[in-house]
Formats: sequence, structure tokens, C-alpha cells
Amino acid sequence: MAGEAVIARAQKNVVPGGTGARRSLYWQYMVEPFLYLSPMILLICSVMLIPLIVGISYSFQSIELLNPFATGWVGFDNYQKLWTDRKFWIAMENTFFWTFWSICFQFFLGLGLAMLLNTQFFGKKLFQALVFLPWAVPTFLSALTWAWLFNPVIGPIPHWLAALGLLSEPYNILGDPDLAIWGPITANIWFGVPFFAITLLAALQSIPGELYEAAEIDGASPWQSFTKITLPFLAPMIAITVMLRTIWIANFADLIFVMTGGGPANSTQILSTYIFTTAFRKLDFGYASTVAVALLIILLAYAVILLWIRKRLVKI
Amino acid sequence: MATAARIAQRHPAMTLGKYAALAFYLGFALFPLYWLAKIAVTPDTLIYSEGTRMVPSAITFENFATVLFETDFLAYFGNSLTVSLGTALFTTLIAAGAGYAFSRFVFAGKRIIIAVMLITQMFPLLMIIAPIYKIVAGLGLLNSLTSLIVVYTAFNIPFATFLMQSFFDGIPKDLEEAAMMDGCTRFQALRTVVFPLTLPGLGATLGFVFTAAWSELLFALMLISKNDAMTFPVGLLTFVSKFSVDWGQMMAAGVLALVPSCLFFIFIQRYLVQGLTSGAVKG
Repeated sequence: MAGEAVIARAQKNVVPGGTGARRSLYWQYMVEPFLYLSPMILLICSVMLIPLIVGISYSFQSIELLNPFATGWVGFDNYQKLWTDRKFWIAMENTFFWTFWSICFQFFLGLGLAMLLNTQFFGKKLFQALVFLPWAVPTFLSALTWAWLFNPVIGPIPHWLAALGLLSEPYNILGDPDLAIWGPITANIWFGVPFFAITLLAALQSIPGELYEAAEIDGASPWQSFTKITLPFLAPMIAITVMLRTIWIANFADLIFVMTGGGPANSTQILSTYIFTTAFRKLDFGYASTVAVALLIILLAYAVILLWIRKRLVKI
Repeated sequence: MATAARIAQRHPAMTLGKYAALAFYLGFALFPLYWLAKIAVTPDTLIYSEGTRMVPSAITFENFATVLFETDFLAYFGNSLTVSLGTALFTTLIAAGAGYAFSRFVFAGKRIIIAVMLITQMFPLLMIIAPIYKIVAGLGLLNSLTSLIVVYTAFNIPFATFLMQSFFDGIPKDLEEAAMMDGCTRFQALRTVVFPLTLPGLGATLGFVFTAAWSELLFALMLISKNDAMTFPVGLLTFVSKFSVDWGQMMAAGVLALVPSCLFFIFIQRYLVQGLTSGAVKG
């Protein structure tokens, strides 16, 4: 159908004569769109795709700025190093922990917020602007703000937790290897709930209202209409947002980098902070690229699995 | 939705629960920002003694004055403004063109280009951090705001393009076709008919990219090391480690860092939600 539209449009501009028609079609199909697209294509290729290929090639090389004479191709040496690198496996485990809990809380809180915003109440517009505000806060500042809130000198959180009996005394949670990861996770939840809420709200608003009315007439409880109407309708949207956000959160180093820098004792080191510190603290670009390729492969595998599940389960 | 509201009205417990939930979300969203502002205006002598007090017993704006006039804050601010505005303008311009092409043309390789754009959203940006550093260093462009603008523009283009496309999709094709029938070239039709209708979309994209560029940290940290070229996040981070005892000044700097992105956010919030919503429903 789209093809017909092109031809129809092309014919509108036809100057009498066969070659004119062909040139016009060629112009609209091969040339004109690329006049609009070329700056984007040029930039994406030069700033993202070429560096991506170069980056993959780095993972097969030894590139240490501190050791400039030892450069060269090393085959799979860097990858073999991964197997024996304890820090890499710790970072991998932390990446799963960080991503899983961040996504869980962001999703359920985001869904709750979306459902609230899908009802009527006084001052809704103002409420929406205010609860979405964390999303506008620059991430480095979210990180600093939460680091400050967790600080026992100027922040209230350790005191609250101590008062509730959850902490023995108001000490710095970000300095405790067992708990430190929850600092960045909390900041991430705070920052990410609005985004989930927006996308889920959009999906909620696309559900026809008659369905709920019919369910109500049939005597369905609110819980039943939620599980039988709302959830199935939201499923495709949930699958796609959860997938994109998981990838995004797994890659997201800023909060951890600012709040804990991967410490204490690597307890908050995730793969993306490990890549950054390997590249810019140790200046070992070859190994940093290898860790990055490993992360890329994990994320691709995850995306493929999720898309496959979505295809199997969701028939919309 | 009317039905859900009616259900809620029939159950007083649900109404109560709803307002409790609203209060919870509001508190969760705003409390950290309140705390930031609270410490920024607390006099230095009280910060430690009133560490956990909700409302300070005295208020001062001294910290703001110190940060503004006795530190490099304004220079960082200016650099970030240059980078963010430059990025926002270039990205929006390029994304508007690309979004228009996606919305209006069927063309060779369209699916491939869209697939590549989706992949750029999926691979770890940290993957290209080392190559970009070497390329930028090789070109002798470390510590230049221009290289930051170019890199940020490329990062933001895929999402901005999808956003612009969804705005263009919302504008009927007939409008420009009618103008073209009347003898306009496509570009003239674009300028006189489509452009005015796209203004909200352009505004939303500008604002979105501006905030993204305003808060980017890692690439700025990597490409900028000279103090007078630092953007806000990098500057503030070094500022924090330099003055790690002066909480009041740090918080004041934090509050000031919030101002531009929050202003932009309030201005564009409506359009942004609208754009994401229309794009999201289709996706």
C-alpha cells in the first residue's frame, strides 16, 4: 500500500513523457529522502558505528597507555583474562543485582503511578508535573543528592533507619559493602519511575473504556478487571519498555560512579563502571573493550530471549 | 478514567488508599529536592547541629553568593549552556529532517536504517568510549566544547528522530500535498505549512536533548580535563571533592544546577508527554 502511495505521488509530479516519470520515481525513492537523512547517517556512522567497530577490534589488541610499547594484536588473550578475572565476575553479579532490583521497583512503582494518573482527582496536572520532576534532575545531581541523603552527618536516612531499628546506629550505608548497592538503586528508582509511568500511562489510555463498563455490569471486581483487562492490554508495552529499560539500566554507570565509585571493596562495581575505571584509571583500553564486548553480548542475548518470549506470549 | 473513578467512589477505603498513594508519590519525588534546598539555605554553623531537623531554624543565602561569585561556577555554567544549547539546536535540526523523511517517504534501505538506529540504543555507550577518546585525542580536540557537541549530537539523534517522526506522523499529509498541488516545492510547503504545526514537537525535542546534554557526565569527564573547559557535571564533581567539607556551598551549587533543566522541563513537560504518548501507543 505504501508503495502505491509513492507511485501515486510520483505520478502527480510527472512531466508528460516516460523518462520523466521514471526520474521522478527514482528521485522520490532513492534521492530525496536521503537529502533529509544524510546528516543523521553521517553522524551516526562516524561517531557511533565506526568507533563501535574500532572498539570491538580493540578487544583483540593490547592497548595500554601506561605501557605504550606493548601494543599489538593479541588474539583472544583479553578474553582468556576475563575467565580468571575475579573482579569481572563480581561486577557481572552486581550488574544483575543492580539491574533486577532497579527494574522491579521502577516498574511496580511506575505502574502504580500510571494507574493513579489514569483516574480523576483534584490538582492532577500539578501533581503530574511534580512527580515527574525527578526525571528532569540531571543524573549526576540525583546521584549527589542521594549520596547526601545517605550521609549520616547531613542526611536523614541513616537516622530514620536507626530509629526504625533497621540499623544499629546511624552510620554511612554507602560505606558498608553489604548495603552500599542499595544507595544507587534507591537513586535509580527515584529517577526512573516517571519514565515508566509515562509510557504505561500512554498504554493505559489506549484501553477502550467500554471494556471496563461491560466488566462492571457483569459484576467483575476491580481486581478481576485489572488482571483480565488491564494487564493483557499492557503486556506488549510492558515487554518493550522493560526490555529497553533493562538494557539502559545495565549500561547506566553515572549513579554508581558518582555515589560509590564502585566501592567499597568492589561491592557496587557493575560492568559499566568497571569498563570506565579500566579505561580511564588504568588506561587499559584493550581490556576495557573486552569487558564492553562481554556486556554487549549479554545484552544482545537478553534482548533476543525477551523478543522471542514476547512473540510466543503476546498475540497482539 | 470515569469507570475507575466510579469504582473508587463506591469504596471509601479505596478513596483513602488513593490519596495515601498520591501523598506517598509526591513525598518520594519531592523530598530529596527539598532536602537539597534546605541544606543550601541553612547557615553553616547550623548544618551539623540541625542535621536531621526538617525545617532549619534560620535561613541564609550566603552559600549561593559564595558559589556564584567566589568559585568557577559561572564558567562551568557557561560551558554547559554552550554545549547543551549547541547540542539541542544541531540535534533538533538534524532529527527534524530525518524524522520527516521517516514519516513521509518510502525509500530504499528504510528498514535497515531504522534497525541500525535501534541497535545504537542498545549497545553500551561505554563500548565506544575508548575509541572516541583516541579519535578525539588524535584530532587534537581534547578539552574542546565542539567535540562534546558533536558526540552528544550523535548520541541524541536516534531518540530525537523517533520523537520528531511521531510528531510529523500526527500532521496530515494532505496539508503539504495541497500546497504542492498549488505549485509550492516540497521545501516551500515544508517551511510555510508544516513547520508552524511542528513547533510543539520541535520544542519538546529541543528541551529533551537540552536536559540530556546538560546532565551528561562520563563523556565530559573523559574528554575534558582543563578547568576552563569543564561542563557543569564535571565541574561540580571536582568542586565537590575540592570542598568536601562545605556542605552548604555544595548544596547551593546543586540547587543552581537544577534551575535550567527544571525550567526547561516545566516548559516542555506537556509536549514531551504528548510526544512520548503518541509515539508509544503506536510502538
